[in-house]
Amino acid sequence: MKFGVVVFPGSNCDHDAYHVVSKHVGQPVDFVWHQETDLSDYDAVIVPGGFSYGDYLRAGALARFSPVMKAIKQFAADGKFVFGICNGFQILCEAGLLPGALMRNANLHFICRHVNLKLENQNTPFTSEVDPNKVLSIPIAHAEGNYTCDDATFQSLEENGQIVFRYCDENGEITDAANPNGARSNIAGICNQNRNVLGMMPHPERACEELLGSNDGRDIFRSLAKAVALVEAAA
Amino acid sequence: MKAIVHVTLKPSVLDPQGKAIHHSVELLGHKNIGDIRQGKYFEIAFADGTSAMDAQVAAEQIAKDVLANPVIEDYRVKTKE
Repeated sequence: MKFGVVVFPGSNCDHDAYHVVSKHVGQPVDFVWHQETDLSDYDAVIVPGGFSYGDYLRAGALARFSPVMKAIKQFAADGKFVFGICNGFQILCEAGLLPGALMRNANLHFICRHVNLKLENQNTPFTSEVDPNKVLSIPIAHAEGNYTCDDATFQSLEENGQIVFRYCDENGEITDAANPNGARSNIAGICNQNRNVLGMMPHPERACEELLGSNDGRDIFRSLAKAVALVEAAA
Repeated sequence: MKAIVHVTLKPSVLDPQGKAIHHSVELLGHKNIGDIRQGKYFEIAFADGTSAMDAQVAAEQIAKDVLANPVIEDYRVKTKE
């Protein structure tokens, strides 16, 4: 199996994502420059965090027109796995691969700290190995993570089990105080209807080593690797 | 021919930047302001000889595809020589 980590001008979390796949997942991984149009070598693609195109116009708004995004849309349509982290989540929403939008944090601050996440759906390729009874400690680092969508979309997300992570307190309770950015319904991460595309604002790739304060992110990457392996075995 | 595009947050969307600006404006002494909301302004300069109609149509497409995020923003387009 092979993973790709997309790099846009301004991406800066690509190396962390690469490191986690290489060292903790232990699988081959390439950097994929944003001009690339051929993703046939890859089974899963990570769209990493950072400030693609300087967040000009809107975060993720210009990255969506890079040549690689057309390939990623086809990749997703083919059922392969796309994992958007932070700016990656913003890009996937702008590209229409995930519904809704990420707005400026309600309190206007850039928030850079560990948050608690509750797993809302273990039934996705990205979360099958994540313990649903455990509160995950994963860092966020963003100024535009306030997830929003209209009522019809929200209802659809709930009905289809597309809300994957919510911000919660240390006991797993979903509270206003636990919501760092004003996101609707404390939404921290969602997937598409087909469950092969996931976007989340927190950085699981920064939570794979005890030394960094938490290794709760590992199970997400392990789930994804397992899902890829299952697809390969079935082929 | 120029197209002028205004992009604004939908009325239902929270605008914390607008609120922060409002707060500062109040500190300056303006007490009679109900709300301030911030938007974006774009000028698109089309090639010489482009008709107003062509510029309007093209600019609306550009506004819809790039300049505005339809989930949270509205846009309006006008042209001028």
